[in-house]
Amino acid sequence: MSAEQSPLLELDAVSAGYGPVQALSAVSIRVMPGEIVTLIGANGAGKSTLLMTICGDPKPRSGRVLLAGTDIAGLPTHAIMRQGLAQSPEGRRVFPRMTIRENLLMGAETLAEGGDRSAQLDQVFTLFPRLRERLAQRAGTLSGGEQQMLAIGRALMSRPRLLLLDEPSLGLAPLVVRQIFGAIRDLNGKTGLTVLLVEQNANLALRLAHRGYVLVNGRIAMEGTGAELLARPEVRDAYLGGGAPLPPPLPADGPNPA
Amino acid sequence: MAYALQQLINGISLGMIYGLIAVGYTMVYGIIGMINFAHGDVFMIGAFVALIALLLLQLGGVMDGTAAILLMLLASVAVTALYGWTVERVAYRPLRGSFRLAPLISAIGLSIVLQNYVQVSQGARVKPVEAVLRGGVEVFREGDFAVQLSYMQMLIIGTTLAALAAFTILVTRTPLGRAMRACEQDRKMAALLGIDTDRTISLTFVIGAALAAVAGTMYLLRYGVIDFYIGFLAGVKAFTAAVLGGIGSLPGAVLGGLLIGLIETFWSAYFSVQYKDVAAFSILVLTLIFLPTGLLGRQEVEKV
Repeated sequence: MSAEQSPLLELDAVSAGYGPVQALSAVSIRVMPGEIVTLIGANGAGKSTLLMTICGDPKPRSGRVLLAGTDIAGLPTHAIMRQGLAQSPEGRRVFPRMTIRENLLMGAETLAEGGDRSAQLDQVFTLFPRLRERLAQRAGTLSGGEQQMLAIGRALMSRPRLLLLDEPSLGLAPLVVRQIFGAIRDLNGKTGLTVLLVEQNANLALRLAHRGYVLVNGRIAMEGTGAELLARPEVRDAYLGGGAPLPPPLPADGPNPA
Repeated sequence: MAYALQQLINGISLGMIYGLIAVGYTMVYGIIGMINFAHGDVFMIGAFVALIALLLLQLGGVMDGTAAILLMLLASVAVTALYGWTVERVAYRPLRGSFRLAPLISAIGLSIVLQNYVQVSQGARVKPVEAVLRGGVEVFREGDFAVQLSYMQMLIIGTTLAALAAFTILVTRTPLGRAMRACEQDRKMAALLGIDTDRTISLTFVIGAALAAVAGTMYLLRYGVIDFYIGFLAGVKAFTAAVLGGIGSLPGAVLGGLLIGLIETFWSAYFSVQYKDVAAFSILVLTLIFLPTGLLGRQEVEKV
Protein backbone atom coordinates (compact mmCIF):
# COMPACT_ATOMS: atom_id res chain seq x y z
CA MET A 1 0.00 0.00 0.00
CA SER A 2 1.16 3.52 -0.58
CA ALA A 3 3.17 5.05 2.24
CA GLU A 4 1.63 8.53 2.09
CA GLN A 5 -1.85 7.30 2.93
CA SER A 6 -2.93 7.64 6.54
CA PRO A 7 -4.72 4.75 8.20
CA LEU A 8 -8.50 4.71 8.41
CA LEU A 9 -8.29 2.87 11.69
CA GLU A 10 -5.37 2.72 14.04
CA LEU A 11 -5.18 1.05 17.42
CA ASP A 12 -2.29 2.36 19.43
CA ALA A 13 -1.28 0.18 22.39
CA VAL A 14 -4.86 -0.63 23.32
CA SER A 15 -5.53 -2.67 26.43
CA ALA A 16 -9.02 -3.77 27.33
CA GLY A 17 -11.00 -6.46 29.09
CA TYR A 18 -14.06 -7.38 31.06
CA GLY A 19 -13.99 -7.07 34.84
CA PRO A 20 -10.84 -8.68 36.22
CA VAL A 21 -10.04 -10.29 32.87
CA GLN A 22 -7.47 -8.52 30.74
CA ALA A 23 -8.34 -9.64 27.21
CA LEU A 24 -6.11 -7.31 25.19
CA SER A 25 -2.61 -6.10 26.11
CA ALA A 26 -1.11 -3.17 24.24
CA VAL A 27 -2.53 -4.14 20.86
CA SER A 28 -1.51 -1.95 17.94
CA ILE A 29 -2.96 -2.48 14.48
CA ARG A 30 -3.62 -0.30 11.44
CA VAL A 31 -6.15 -0.60 8.67
CA MET A 32 -5.58 1.47 5.54
CA PRO A 33 -8.48 2.76 3.44
CA GLY A 34 -9.59 0.14 0.92
CA GLU A 35 -7.88 -2.73 2.68
CA ILE A 36 -9.20 -6.04 3.88
CA VAL A 37 -7.33 -6.77 7.07
CA THR A 38 -7.88 -9.96 8.99
CA LEU A 39 -7.24 -10.81 12.57
CA ILE A 40 -6.77 -14.50 13.21
CA GLY A 41 -6.24 -16.38 16.42
CA ALA A 42 -7.48 -19.20 18.54
CA ASN A 43 -10.67 -19.23 20.56
CA GLY A 44 -10.36 -16.79 23.42
CA ALA A 45 -7.38 -14.94 21.96
CA GLY A 46 -9.33 -11.67 22.24
CA LYS A 47 -10.46 -11.25 18.63
CA SER A 48 -14.07 -10.38 19.36
CA THR A 49 -13.04 -8.23 22.31
CA LEU A 50 -10.85 -6.27 19.93
CA LEU A 51 -13.74 -5.54 17.58
CA MET A 52 -16.01 -4.65 20.48
CA THR A 53 -13.35 -2.40 22.00
CA ILE A 54 -13.15 -0.46 18.75
CA CYS A 55 -16.90 0.04 19.17
CA GLY A 56 -16.49 1.24 22.75
CA ASP A 57 -17.95 -1.77 24.58
CA PRO A 58 -15.82 -2.38 26.63
CA LYS A 59 -14.00 0.93 26.63
CA PRO A 60 -10.24 0.63 26.31
CA ARG A 61 -8.38 0.76 29.63
CA SER A 62 -5.46 2.44 27.96
CA GLY A 63 -4.24 3.32 24.51
CA ARG A 64 -5.85 5.18 21.64
CA VAL A 65 -8.35 4.17 19.00
CA LEU A 66 -7.99 6.51 16.03
CA LEU A 67 -10.60 6.65 13.32
CA ALA A 68 -9.22 8.69 10.43
CA GLY A 69 -6.93 10.37 12.91
CA THR A 70 -9.52 11.21 15.57
CA ASP A 71 -9.40 9.47 18.93
CA ILE A 72 -12.74 7.74 19.50
CA ALA A 73 -11.72 5.82 22.63
CA GLY A 74 -14.04 6.64 25.51
CA LEU A 75 -16.99 7.70 23.40
CA PRO A 76 -20.25 5.83 24.01
CA THR A 77 -20.91 3.00 21.57
CA HIS A 78 -23.80 4.67 19.77
CA ALA A 79 -21.70 7.79 19.15
CA ILE A 80 -18.82 5.74 17.75
CA MET A 81 -21.14 3.82 15.45
CA ARG A 82 -22.42 7.09 14.05
CA GLN A 83 -18.97 7.88 12.65
CA GLY A 84 -19.08 5.46 9.75
CA LEU A 85 -18.41 2.16 11.46
CA ALA A 86 -20.61 -0.89 11.20
CA GLN A 87 -20.21 -4.26 12.81
CA SER A 88 -21.62 -7.65 12.02
CA PRO A 89 -21.04 -9.06 15.48
CA GLU A 90 -20.26 -12.43 16.93
CA GLY A 91 -23.38 -14.58 17.04
CA ARG A 92 -25.03 -12.48 14.30
CA ARG A 93 -27.49 -10.84 16.68
CA VAL A 94 -30.29 -10.23 14.22
CA PHE A 95 -33.49 -8.96 15.83
CA PRO A 96 -35.49 -12.19 15.92
CA ARG A 97 -38.96 -10.64 16.14
CA MET A 98 -38.42 -8.10 13.40
CA THR A 99 -38.82 -8.89 9.74
CA ILE A 100 -35.84 -9.07 7.38
CA ARG A 101 -36.85 -5.71 6.04
CA GLU A 102 -37.06 -4.13 9.49
CA ASN A 103 -33.71 -5.63 10.42
CA LEU A 104 -32.11 -4.13 7.34
CA LEU A 105 -33.72 -0.75 7.98
CA MET A 106 -32.38 -0.82 11.53
CA GLY A 107 -28.95 -0.92 9.93
CA ALA A 108 -29.60 2.47 8.35
CA GLU A 109 -30.60 4.00 11.68
CA THR A 110 -27.53 6.25 11.74
CA LEU A 111 -28.42 7.87 8.43
CA ALA A 112 -30.58 10.94 8.11
CA GLU A 113 -34.21 10.36 8.97
CA GLY A 114 -36.60 9.69 6.12
CA GLY A 115 -33.95 9.17 3.45
CA ASP A 116 -34.36 6.76 0.59
CA ARG A 117 -32.93 3.37 1.47
CA SER A 118 -33.67 1.62 -1.81
CA ALA A 119 -30.12 1.92 -3.16
CA GLN A 120 -28.66 0.19 -0.11
CA LEU A 121 -31.41 -2.42 -0.10
CA ASP A 122 -30.65 -3.17 -3.74
CA GLN A 123 -26.97 -3.50 -2.96
CA VAL A 124 -27.73 -5.99 -0.19
CA PHE A 125 -30.08 -7.98 -2.43
CA THR A 126 -27.47 -8.11 -5.18
CA LEU A 127 -25.04 -9.64 -2.71
CA PHE A 128 -27.56 -11.90 -1.02
CA PRO A 129 -30.51 -12.54 -3.34
CA ARG A 130 -31.96 -14.95 -0.83
CA LEU A 131 -32.83 -12.09 1.53
CA ARG A 132 -35.07 -10.45 -1.04
CA GLU A 133 -37.28 -13.53 -1.17
CA ARG A 134 -37.86 -13.41 2.58
CA LEU A 135 -38.38 -9.71 3.23
CA ALA A 136 -41.51 -10.08 5.29
CA GLN A 137 -40.32 -13.10 7.24
CA ARG A 138 -39.20 -12.77 10.85
CA ALA A 139 -35.45 -12.95 11.24
CA GLY A 140 -35.73 -15.52 14.03
CA THR A 141 -37.05 -18.05 11.53
CA LEU A 142 -34.04 -17.81 9.19
CA SER A 143 -31.34 -20.46 8.99
CA GLY A 144 -27.91 -19.70 10.42
CA GLY A 145 -26.46 -18.86 7.03
CA GLU A 146 -29.33 -16.56 6.16
CA GLN A 147 -28.98 -14.83 9.51
CA GLN A 148 -25.32 -14.28 8.77
CA MET A 149 -26.20 -12.75 5.41
CA LEU A 150 -28.75 -10.57 7.15
CA ALA A 151 -26.24 -9.45 9.78
CA ILE A 152 -23.72 -8.47 7.10
CA GLY A 153 -26.43 -6.86 4.98
CA ARG A 154 -27.66 -4.89 7.97
CA ALA A 155 -24.14 -3.64 8.63
CA LEU A 156 -23.86 -2.49 5.02
CA MET A 157 -27.08 -0.50 5.17
CA SER A 158 -25.38 2.45 6.85
CA ARG A 159 -22.84 2.80 4.00
CA PRO A 160 -19.95 2.37 6.41
CA ARG A 161 -16.40 3.52 5.81
CA LEU A 162 -15.20 0.59 7.84
CA LEU A 163 -16.93 -2.76 8.15
CA LEU A 164 -16.08 -4.94 11.14
CA LEU A 165 -16.92 -8.59 10.59
CA ASP A 166 -16.80 -11.06 13.43
CA GLU A 167 -16.52 -14.72 12.40
CA PRO A 168 -18.80 -14.63 9.38
CA SER A 169 -17.96 -18.30 8.69
CA LEU A 170 -18.88 -19.62 12.13
CA GLY A 171 -21.11 -22.67 11.99
CA LEU A 172 -21.91 -22.33 8.31
CA ALA A 173 -21.75 -24.82 5.47
CA PRO A 174 -18.66 -24.41 3.26
CA LEU A 175 -20.79 -23.40 0.31
CA VAL A 176 -22.40 -20.57 2.26
CA VAL A 177 -19.03 -19.51 3.63
CA ARG A 178 -17.63 -19.25 0.12
CA GLN A 179 -20.65 -17.24 -0.93
CA ILE A 180 -20.21 -14.81 1.94
CA PHE A 181 -16.46 -14.44 1.45
CA GLY A 182 -17.05 -13.90 -2.25
CA ALA A 183 -19.49 -11.13 -1.37
CA ILE A 184 -16.93 -9.45 0.91
CA ARG A 185 -14.33 -9.56 -1.85
CA ASP A 186 -16.81 -8.14 -4.36
CA LEU A 187 -17.69 -5.27 -2.10
CA ASN A 188 -14.09 -4.45 -1.46
CA GLY A 189 -13.25 -4.67 -5.13
CA LYS A 190 -16.19 -2.70 -6.43
CA THR A 191 -16.73 -0.07 -3.76
CA GLY A 192 -13.37 0.05 -2.01
CA LEU A 193 -15.02 -0.80 1.29
CA THR A 194 -12.50 -1.20 4.08
CA VAL A 195 -12.93 -4.38 6.08
CA LEU A 196 -11.53 -5.63 9.36
CA LEU A 197 -12.30 -9.31 9.51
CA VAL A 198 -12.00 -11.52 12.56
CA GLU A 199 -11.81 -15.20 11.70
CA GLN A 200 -11.03 -18.52 13.19
CA ASN A 201 -10.89 -20.03 9.73
CA ALA A 202 -7.39 -18.68 9.12
CA ASN A 203 -6.89 -20.35 5.79
CA LEU A 204 -9.89 -18.70 4.26
CA ALA A 205 -9.32 -15.34 5.94
CA LEU A 206 -5.68 -15.04 4.92
CA ARG A 207 -6.54 -15.87 1.33
CA LEU A 208 -9.14 -13.16 1.29
CA ALA A 209 -7.27 -10.42 3.13
CA HIS A 210 -4.55 -8.09 1.96
CA ARG A 211 -2.90 -8.17 5.33
CA GLY A 212 -3.33 -10.04 8.55
CA TYR A 213 -2.47 -10.01 12.22
CA VAL A 214 -2.18 -13.02 14.49
CA LEU A 215 -3.54 -12.50 17.97
CA VAL A 216 -2.25 -14.77 20.73
CA ASN A 217 -3.47 -14.33 24.31
CA GLY A 218 -4.44 -10.74 23.72
CA ARG A 219 -1.19 -9.69 22.06
CA ILE A 220 -0.25 -9.27 18.42
CA ALA A 221 2.21 -12.08 17.71
CA MET A 222 2.73 -11.67 13.98
CA GLU A 223 1.72 -9.51 11.09
CA GLY A 224 2.18 -9.57 7.36
CA THR A 225 0.41 -9.89 4.04
CA GLY A 226 -2.05 -12.72 3.69
CA ALA A 227 0.37 -14.67 1.51
CA GLU A 228 3.28 -14.12 3.92
CA LEU A 229 1.33 -15.33 6.91
CA LEU A 230 -0.01 -18.31 5.00
CA ALA A 231 3.56 -19.30 4.24
CA ARG A 232 4.79 -19.01 7.84
CA PRO A 233 5.26 -22.46 9.40
CA GLU A 234 4.06 -21.25 12.84
CA VAL A 235 0.82 -20.07 11.29
CA ARG A 236 0.43 -23.27 9.34
CA ASP A 237 0.96 -25.41 12.40
CA ALA A 238 -1.20 -23.44 14.78
CA TYR A 239 -4.10 -22.29 12.64
CA LEU A 240 -4.22 -24.09 9.34
CA GLY A 241 -5.53 -27.57 9.72
CA GLY A 242 -6.25 -28.16 6.06
CA GLY A 243 -9.60 -27.22 4.67
CA ALA A 244 -11.98 -27.04 1.76
CA PRO A 245 -10.77 -25.97 -1.68
CA LEU A 246 -10.54 -22.22 -1.69
CA PRO A 247 -10.39 -19.32 -4.09
CA PRO A 248 -6.88 -18.13 -4.95
CA PRO A 249 -5.34 -15.43 -2.72
CA LEU A 250 -5.64 -11.77 -3.65
CA PRO A 251 -2.68 -10.16 -5.40
CA ALA A 252 -0.24 -8.97 -2.78
CA ASP A 253 0.17 -5.52 -4.30
CA GLY A 254 -2.56 -3.95 -2.20
CA PRO A 255 -6.20 -2.98 -2.31
CA ASN A 256 -8.03 -2.40 -5.52
CA PRO A 257 -8.75 1.25 -6.21
CA ALA A 258 -12.39 2.14 -5.75
CA MET B 1 -79.64 -9.07 31.25
CA ALA B 2 -79.81 -5.30 31.67
CA TYR B 3 -77.93 -5.62 34.93
CA ALA B 4 -75.22 -7.65 33.25
CA LEU B 5 -74.98 -5.12 30.43
CA GLN B 6 -74.53 -2.35 32.96
CA GLN B 7 -71.75 -4.33 34.62
CA LEU B 8 -70.14 -4.84 31.25
CA ILE B 9 -70.03 -1.07 30.69
CA ASN B 10 -68.69 -0.47 34.19
CA GLY B 11 -66.14 -3.23 33.83
CA ILE B 12 -64.81 -1.98 30.52
CA SER B 13 -64.35 1.56 31.73
CA LEU B 14 -62.52 0.31 34.83
CA GLY B 15 -60.52 -2.18 32.79
CA MET B 16 -59.34 0.54 30.44
CA ILE B 17 -57.72 2.33 33.36
CA TYR B 18 -55.95 -0.85 34.45
CA GLY B 19 -54.90 -1.45 30.87
CA LEU B 20 -53.25 1.98 30.63
CA ILE B 21 -51.24 1.33 33.78
CA ALA B 22 -50.43 -2.21 32.69
CA VAL B 23 -48.90 -0.94 29.44
CA GLY B 24 -46.34 0.94 31.54
CA TYR B 25 -45.37 -2.22 33.43
CA THR B 26 -45.10 -4.33 30.34
CA MET B 27 -43.10 -1.74 28.35
CA VAL B 28 -40.49 -1.37 31.03
CA TYR B 29 -40.34 -5.11 31.50
CA GLY B 30 -39.89 -5.53 27.76
CA ILE B 31 -36.98 -3.17 27.54
CA ILE B 32 -35.01 -3.85 30.71
CA GLY B 33 -36.46 -7.18 31.82
CA MET B 34 -37.55 -5.81 35.18
CA ILE B 35 -40.78 -4.82 36.86
CA ASN B 36 -40.96 -1.15 37.75
CA PHE B 37 -42.36 -1.38 41.26
CA ALA B 38 -42.66 2.38 41.50
CA HIS B 39 -45.06 2.48 38.55
CA GLY B 40 -48.21 2.26 40.70
CA ASP B 41 -47.02 5.29 42.62
CA VAL B 42 -46.26 7.17 39.44
CA PHE B 43 -49.94 6.56 38.60
CA MET B 44 -50.86 7.97 42.03
CA ILE B 45 -48.71 11.04 41.34
CA GLY B 46 -50.58 11.42 38.07
CA ALA B 47 -53.90 11.48 39.91
CA PHE B 48 -52.57 14.05 42.39
CA VAL B 49 -51.20 16.35 39.71
CA ALA B 50 -54.58 16.17 37.97
CA LEU B 51 -56.28 17.05 41.27
CA ILE B 52 -54.00 20.03 41.88
CA ALA B 53 -54.53 21.16 38.30
CA LEU B 54 -58.29 20.90 38.73
CA LEU B 55 -58.24 22.95 41.94
CA LEU B 56 -56.06 25.60 40.29
CA LEU B 57 -58.39 25.71 37.31
CA GLN B 58 -61.39 26.16 39.58
CA LEU B 59 -59.56 28.94 41.42
CA GLY B 60 -58.79 30.51 38.07
CA GLY B 61 -62.45 30.32 37.15
CA VAL B 62 -62.27 27.71 34.41
CA MET B 63 -65.54 25.91 34.97
CA ASP B 64 -66.16 24.44 31.57
CA GLY B 65 -65.94 20.66 31.97
CA THR B 66 -64.24 19.73 28.72
CA ALA B 67 -61.61 22.46 28.87
CA ALA B 68 -60.88 21.64 32.50
CA ILE B 69 -60.44 17.95 31.76
CA LEU B 70 -58.17 18.64 28.82
CA LEU B 71 -55.97 20.97 30.84
CA MET B 72 -55.87 18.52 33.74
CA LEU B 73 -54.75 15.80 31.39
CA LEU B 74 -52.03 17.93 29.85
CA ALA B 75 -50.72 19.08 33.22
CA SER B 76 -50.76 15.58 34.64
CA VAL B 77 -49.05 14.02 31.64
CA ALA B 78 -46.32 16.67 31.57
CA VAL B 79 -45.49 16.56 35.28
CA THR B 80 -45.87 12.80 35.71
CA ALA B 81 -43.65 12.10 32.70
CA LEU B 82 -40.94 13.97 34.56
CA TYR B 83 -41.47 11.69 37.54
CA GLY B 84 -41.15 8.66 35.26
CA TRP B 85 -37.85 9.99 33.95
CA THR B 86 -36.66 10.57 37.51
CA VAL B 87 -37.60 7.05 38.60
CA GLU B 88 -35.37 5.62 35.89
CA ARG B 89 -32.53 8.01 36.66
CA VAL B 90 -32.62 7.44 40.41
CA ALA B 91 -33.66 3.81 40.82
CA TYR B 92 -32.54 2.05 37.65
CA ARG B 93 -29.73 3.69 35.72
CA PRO B 94 -27.12 3.85 38.51
CA LEU B 95 -27.66 0.14 39.10
CA ARG B 96 -27.48 -0.98 35.49
CA GLY B 97 -24.95 -3.78 35.32
CA SER B 98 -25.37 -4.46 39.02
CA PHE B 99 -26.86 -7.74 40.26
CA ARG B 100 -30.35 -8.42 39.03
CA LEU B 101 -32.36 -7.75 42.14
CA ALA B 102 -30.69 -4.43 42.97
CA PRO B 103 -32.87 -2.17 40.80
CA LEU B 104 -35.95 -4.01 41.99
CA ILE B 105 -35.13 -3.14 45.56
CA SER B 106 -34.32 0.46 44.72
CA ALA B 107 -37.62 0.73 42.84
CA ILE B 108 -39.55 -0.55 45.86
CA GLY B 109 -37.62 1.98 47.92
CA LEU B 110 -38.60 4.73 45.53
CA SER B 111 -42.22 3.59 45.70
CA ILE B 112 -42.15 4.07 49.48
CA VAL B 113 -40.48 7.45 49.05
CA LEU B 114 -43.15 8.62 46.62
CA GLN B 115 -45.99 7.50 48.88
CA ASN B 116 -44.52 9.21 51.90
CA TYR B 117 -43.64 12.31 49.96
CA VAL B 118 -47.24 12.70 48.84
CA GLN B 119 -48.52 11.83 52.30
CA VAL B 120 -46.36 14.52 53.88
CA SER B 121 -46.84 17.18 51.24
CA GLN B 122 -50.55 16.60 50.52
CA GLY B 123 -51.75 15.11 53.81
CA ALA B 124 -52.93 11.64 54.58
CA ARG B 125 -56.64 12.32 54.36
CA VAL B 126 -58.61 11.27 51.30
CA LYS B 127 -59.15 14.04 48.77
CA PRO B 128 -62.64 14.29 47.36
CA VAL B 129 -63.49 16.31 44.26
CA GLU B 130 -66.82 17.25 42.83
CA ALA B 131 -67.81 15.52 39.65
CA VAL B 132 -66.62 17.51 36.66
CA LEU B 133 -68.82 15.68 34.24
CA ARG B 134 -72.34 14.63 35.14
CA GLY B 135 -75.11 12.77 33.40
CA GLY B 136 -75.13 10.23 30.69
CA VAL B 137 -77.31 8.48 28.21
CA GLU B 138 -79.71 5.64 28.71
CA VAL B 139 -78.69 2.85 26.37
CA PHE B 140 -81.25 0.26 27.21
CA ARG B 141 -84.19 -0.24 29.53
CA GLU B 142 -85.62 -3.43 30.95
CA GLY B 143 -88.54 -2.97 33.33
CA ASP B 144 -87.45 -0.19 35.64
CA PHE B 145 -83.76 -0.93 35.28
CA ALA B 146 -82.09 1.56 32.95
CA VAL B 147 -78.67 0.78 31.61
CA GLN B 148 -76.63 3.97 31.78
CA LEU B 149 -73.59 4.94 29.86
CA SER B 150 -72.36 7.99 31.72
CA TYR B 151 -70.49 10.80 30.01
CA MET B 152 -67.67 10.02 32.38
CA GLN B 153 -67.48 6.44 31.14
CA MET B 154 -67.54 7.66 27.55
CA LEU B 155 -64.74 10.03 28.39
CA ILE B 156 -62.68 7.28 30.00
CA ILE B 157 -63.16 4.87 27.15
CA GLY B 158 -62.59 7.54 24.49
CA THR B 159 -59.49 9.03 26.11
CA THR B 160 -57.98 5.64 26.82
CA LEU B 161 -58.53 4.48 23.26
CA ALA B 162 -56.98 7.68 21.94
CA ALA B 163 -53.96 7.31 24.24
CA LEU B 164 -53.51 3.68 23.24
CA ALA B 165 -53.85 4.50 19.54
CA ALA B 166 -51.24 7.25 19.80
CA PHE B 167 -49.01 4.89 21.71
CA THR B 168 -49.43 2.10 19.14
CA ILE B 169 -48.49 4.44 16.31
CA LEU B 170 -45.48 5.57 18.28
CA VAL B 171 -44.24 2.03 18.81
CA THR B 172 -44.92 0.67 15.33
CA ARG B 173 -44.32 3.64 13.05
CA THR B 174 -41.74 6.00 14.51
CA PRO B 175 -37.94 5.84 14.79
CA LEU B 176 -38.29 5.95 18.57
CA GLY B 177 -40.63 2.97 18.45
CA ARG B 178 -38.19 1.05 16.27
CA ALA B 179 -35.38 1.91 18.67
CA MET B 180 -37.51 0.71 21.58
CA ARG B 181 -38.25 -2.59 19.89
CA ALA B 182 -34.60 -3.02 18.99
CA CYS B 183 -33.50 -2.35 22.58
CA GLU B 184 -36.11 -4.80 23.79
CA GLN B 185 -34.78 -7.57 21.56
CA ASP B 186 -31.04 -6.94 21.85
CA ARG B 187 -29.80 -3.86 23.62
CA LYS B 188 -26.14 -4.40 22.83
CA MET B 189 -26.86 -4.78 19.13
CA ALA B 190 -29.06 -1.69 19.18
CA ALA B 191 -26.09 0.29 20.47
CA LEU B 192 -23.93 -1.18 17.70
CA LEU B 193 -26.41 0.25 15.21
CA GLY B 194 -25.99 3.73 16.64
CA ILE B 195 -29.02 3.80 18.94
CA ASP B 196 -28.58 5.69 22.19
CA THR B 197 -29.93 2.95 24.43
CA ASP B 198 -29.86 4.97 27.66
CA ARG B 199 -32.00 7.62 26.06
CA THR B 200 -34.37 4.99 24.67
CA ILE B 201 -34.79 3.43 28.11
CA SER B 202 -35.41 6.85 29.66
CA LEU B 203 -38.06 7.59 27.07
CA THR B 204 -39.72 4.25 27.75
CA PHE B 205 -40.16 5.23 31.38
CA VAL B 206 -41.40 8.66 30.31
CA ILE B 207 -44.01 7.22 27.96
CA GLY B 208 -45.12 4.67 30.55
CA ALA B 209 -45.51 7.47 33.08
CA ALA B 210 -47.46 9.58 30.61
CA LEU B 211 -49.94 6.74 30.09
CA ALA B 212 -50.14 6.26 33.86
CA ALA B 213 -50.90 9.99 34.16
CA VAL B 214 -53.84 9.58 31.79
CA ALA B 215 -54.99 6.65 33.92
CA GLY B 216 -54.53 8.68 37.11
CA THR B 217 -56.60 11.55 35.74
CA MET B 218 -59.35 9.16 34.65
CA TYR B 219 -59.27 7.47 38.05
CA LEU B 220 -59.68 10.81 39.80
CA LEU B 221 -62.59 11.76 37.58
CA ARG B 222 -64.28 8.39 37.89
CA TYR B 223 -64.02 7.87 41.64
CA GLY B 224 -63.78 11.49 42.75
CA VAL B 225 -61.65 10.40 45.71
CA ILE B 226 -57.93 9.79 45.91
CA ASP B 227 -55.29 9.39 48.57
CA PHE B 228 -51.57 8.74 48.68
CA TYR B 229 -52.10 5.00 48.86
CA ILE B 230 -54.16 4.37 45.70
CA GLY B 231 -51.03 3.52 43.71
CA PHE B 232 -50.44 0.33 45.60
CA LEU B 233 -53.70 -1.46 44.89
CA ALA B 234 -54.12 -0.10 41.37
CA GLY B 235 -50.49 -0.92 40.71
CA VAL B 236 -50.78 -4.51 41.84
CA LYS B 237 -53.95 -4.97 39.80
CA ALA B 238 -52.40 -3.48 36.69
CA PHE B 239 -49.37 -5.68 37.26
CA THR B 240 -51.76 -8.64 37.44
CA ALA B 241 -53.28 -7.46 34.18
CA ALA B 242 -49.85 -7.29 32.54
CA VAL B 243 -49.01 -10.81 33.74
CA LEU B 244 -52.39 -12.16 32.67
CA GLY B 245 -51.99 -10.64 29.21
CA GLY B 246 -48.42 -11.89 28.96
CA ILE B 247 -45.70 -9.68 30.38
CA GLY B 248 -43.86 -7.89 27.60
CA SER B 249 -46.87 -7.95 25.26
CA LEU B 250 -48.46 -4.56 24.66
CA PRO B 251 -51.83 -5.79 23.33
CA GLY B 252 -51.71 -8.33 26.16
CA ALA B 253 -51.51 -5.55 28.74
CA VAL B 254 -54.65 -3.92 27.40
CA LEU B 255 -56.48 -7.24 27.15
CA GLY B 256 -55.37 -8.19 30.66
CA GLY B 257 -56.52 -4.81 31.98
CA LEU B 258 -59.96 -5.25 30.43
CA LEU B 259 -60.27 -8.76 31.83
CA ILE B 260 -59.24 -7.73 35.33
CA GLY B 261 -61.68 -4.80 35.17
CA LEU B 262 -64.50 -7.09 34.05
CA ILE B 263 -63.71 -9.84 36.54
CA GLU B 264 -63.57 -7.38 39.38
CA THR B 265 -66.80 -5.67 38.35
CA PHE B 266 -68.78 -8.86 37.78
CA TRP B 267 -67.46 -10.39 40.97
CA SER B 268 -68.61 -7.33 42.92
CA ALA B 269 -71.97 -7.34 41.18
CA TYR B 270 -72.81 -11.00 41.62
CA PHE B 271 -70.80 -12.21 44.59
CA SER B 272 -69.28 -9.81 47.00
CA VAL B 273 -67.82 -6.33 46.86
CA GLN B 274 -65.67 -7.08 49.91
CA TYR B 275 -63.81 -9.81 48.10
CA LYS B 276 -63.25 -8.10 44.77
CA ASP B 277 -59.55 -7.68 45.39
CA VAL B 278 -59.28 -11.34 46.29
CA ALA B 279 -60.79 -12.15 42.89
CA ALA B 280 -58.20 -10.05 41.10
CA PHE B 281 -55.28 -11.51 43.03
CA SER B 282 -56.53 -15.06 42.64
CA ILE B 283 -56.25 -14.43 38.92
CA LEU B 284 -52.61 -13.47 39.42
CA VAL B 285 -51.90 -16.66 41.32
CA LEU B 286 -53.76 -18.86 38.84
CA THR B 287 -52.04 -17.21 35.87
CA LEU B 288 -48.62 -17.64 37.38
CA ILE B 289 -49.30 -21.31 38.10
CA PHE B 290 -51.10 -22.42 34.97
CA LEU B 291 -50.26 -19.85 32.29
CA PRO B 292 -46.95 -18.25 33.20
CA THR B 293 -46.47 -16.72 29.75
CA GLY B 294 -49.92 -15.11 29.90
CA LEU B 295 -52.58 -15.00 27.23
CA LEU B 296 -50.60 -13.24 24.52
CA GLY B 297 -47.09 -13.73 25.87
CA ARG B 298 -44.59 -15.58 23.80
CA GLN B 299 -42.74 -18.69 24.75
CA GLU B 300 -39.06 -17.98 25.08
CA VAL B 301 -37.77 -19.75 22.02
CA GLU B 302 -34.67 -18.25 20.49
CA LYS B 303 -32.94 -19.77 17.53
CA VAL B 304 -29.20 -20.00 17.95
